[in-house]
Amino acid sequence: MDLSLTDEQEFLREAARGALKRVDTVAAAREALEDETKRPDLWKTIVEAGWTGLLTSEDGGGAGLGLYDAMLVAQECGRVLAPVPLVSTLPAATVLDAAGDEASAAVASGELRVAWLPAAPPTDQEPRWTTDPKGGILRATLPTATVDGSTATLSGAVHWVLDAAQAEALLVTAEGPDGPIAVLVDASASGVTVEGLWRYDATRPLGHVTLDGAQGRVVAADELALRRAWHVAQGLLAAEAVGTVDALLPVAIAYAKERHTFGRAIGSYQALKHQLVEVLRLLENAKSLLIYAAWAHENAPDELSLATAAARSGAEHALDVATRVQISVHGGIGATWEHDAPLFFRRAQLQRRLLGGAGGATDRVAGELLGGVVPA
Amino acid sequence: MDLNDDPQQAEFRTQVRSWLNEHKAEAPIVMGEGQIEDEHERIEAWRGWQRKLADAGLCGVTWPEEYGGQGKGPIEQVIVNQELSRAQVPGPLDFIGLGMMGPAIIVHGTDEQKRRYLGPMLHGDEVCCQLFSEPAAGSDLAGVTTRAVEQEDGSFKISGQKVWTTNAQFSAFGVLLARTDADVPKHKGLTMFIVPMDAPGITVRGLRQISGEAEFNEVFLDEVHVPADTVLGQVGGGWSTALTVLMFERLSIGTSSIGYSAERFAAGVLSAPGAAEDPEVRQRLGHVGTEMIASRFAGHRLLSDLAGGKLPGPEFGLGKVTIVKSAIEAGDLLADVLGPDALDTGSEWGYIISFLPGLKSAGGTEEILRNTIGERVLGLPPEPRSDKGVPFSELKAREKEEVA
Repeated sequence: MDLSLTDEQEFLREAARGALKRVDTVAAAREALEDETKRPDLWKTIVEAGWTGLLTSEDGGGAGLGLYDAMLVAQECGRVLAPVPLVSTLPAATVLDAAGDEASAAVASGELRVAWLPAAPPTDQEPRWTTDPKGGILRATLPTATVDGSTATLSGAVHWVLDAAQAEALLVTAEGPDGPIAVLVDASASGVTVEGLWRYDATRPLGHVTLDGAQGRVVAADELALRRAWHVAQGLLAAEAVGTVDALLPVAIAYAKERHTFGRAIGSYQALKHQLVEVLRLLENAKSLLIYAAWAHENAPDELSLATAAARSGAEHALDVATRVQISVHGGIGATWEHDAPLFFRRAQLQRRLLGGAGGATDRVAGELLGGVVPA
Repeated sequence: MDLNDDPQQAEFRTQVRSWLNEHKAEAPIVMGEGQIEDEHERIEAWRGWQRKLADAGLCGVTWPEEYGGQGKGPIEQVIVNQELSRAQVPGPLDFIGLGMMGPAIIVHGTDEQKRRYLGPMLHGDEVCCQLFSEPAAGSDLAGVTTRAVEQEDGSFKISGQKVWTTNAQFSAFGVLLARTDADVPKHKGLTMFIVPMDAPGITVRGLRQISGEAEFNEVFLDEVHVPADTVLGQVGGGWSTALTVLMFERLSIGTSSIGYSAERFAAGVLSAPGAAEDPEVRQRLGHVGTEMIASRFAGHRLLSDLAGGKLPGPEFGLGKVTIVKSAIEAGDLLADVLGPDALDTGSEWGYIISFLPGLKSAGGTEEILRNTIGERVLGLPPEPRSDKGVPFSELKAREKEEVA
């Protein structure tokens, strides 16, 4: 058994850290809250670094790496709150690659910026494919497609799409005549409306997409590829959260050692020490779950849904606790703009509600276990 | 990323598995449904099973060959544990002796002690218990008050009380931590002994737990006379011997497989009509399932570290926190969905529900574990202490004064 990083993986991680150093993304996350023009777009950085093609096979024009490799990059992005749309780009790239689609190479190289419209596979309690609702707790239906040859005509809406307004093309999962199909649509095509928006966290550009008779090209991806896209997105979001927690903990520890009250460092009080150890516990658990998710992606397709949902559930929980502990360790100042803690809190609050939500992932873990899936 | 054994480990696993396949029908049922009712019969059957395991080379896996062990590494021990659990047969009766006391004797014992104790321990002929904790010294183990007074001929008389002693009622020996000098700071005046449990002056009394069963004992020592050659390690060096035992305890807990799994609790939820569709039940199951899966992969990470030559540090204790915490929550969930029947001793879940609250403090309380991890792993400053450098006798006098 060997779970240590290979030399190539160490190199990938260091390279990612280096590439992200060129912009002070944490400072940008703060400035962009007040000034929309300050919202940085690191698209060029990720294209130059080759991240758009991380998960695309070499035949499909990519690097042909594994999910754990992409997760290493995602962790680095999470660490510095980088506004990088990997959670949208990479699932789209995997669908196009699985289909052997002609657009695969352009997406892998970053020539074509594509946003993936999130579509959740059915669960034991929800027999349909669904998307996130604009509000409320009821899952929304997929857009519908009528197909004529290789052309599909789409109608419907998908909410809270990452990178929607920045992308040149949209990869839509739609209800076709015989089940879900993938359709690639030009973002500027007639019948496509993208309402770009930001909510609470300036590091994640979002959009509501409305399709009203919009036409696109059918991508020959099977249902399995569409399922895997969802699970990959869950795993990547989990990895970003792990990176964020990993960055938070040392900051809190340093402050707990330096700040004194009643004649001693606050980190000596059990009340704080135990909270910080709890963050470490949840972080280590989440790291273990990333390993499971990546392992299942390569080795155990029947466990991929369970493994990625568990990773998302565990990592979001760690992020929630870590961002709150960050504020409480720093006292009142941690809840003000004098400190970076609110930026991390905002990040956690928004991402918990995206892509099916943290609660949706937890529910999927239960569903898979109840359905008899046994983890490795 | 490779979850598989390397060729050497795979070969070892095949050997272990094929032996177990051939012999598992001979294993006694020692716990749960169908267990041998009579305690004496159960222990003797279990002892016989340990003997078979020892003869097959499945006991003392990490012990040096010269003491009858297999001379292998912790990975092989984990493989044996995994295969025992896969075959659904019990491990050795004397897991405390094999996992902790034997290794401590190997490190600190004299040649004569090694010859005398290790062989019979390995084969289950003589079980060895751990006489460390006391009613007033648990997590703060160095505060033990059991006194060992040296006699003119160099022998010792030991008096005091020990508690939480698993297997004491049928042990031949106990490894005991006692105070030989109360006039020096508390870590310095300690000595470790190997005490015969049939010595005059020793009384063992079962300690019933929430479940009603007595898995632990209290052990009373009244002027128990032991010769000088029962000292394990140095007189006054008991703390260093204790640390060795605690290190082996960590390795032992870290490499044993605890039978609480996400899939087992999911099957329990399924047996309650309507529970599997209830959103709240699903959230709770999803959370505990996630933590249990994380524990399983934390175990895989530990194995990978061991294979790379790294020993588990204090942070590994977090794995115990997670598995106990999630199993407590899962037991609570099962009782909620199944109703009062789940609490019954005869139910599949009754034992877990009653046993786990105590397990939280086993091997040191969770609070102290969090302190240790906070200080050693995160580098946080320790709580101020008033016992450092103070002679033990003075410390005790001060405590009395404060309470008065």
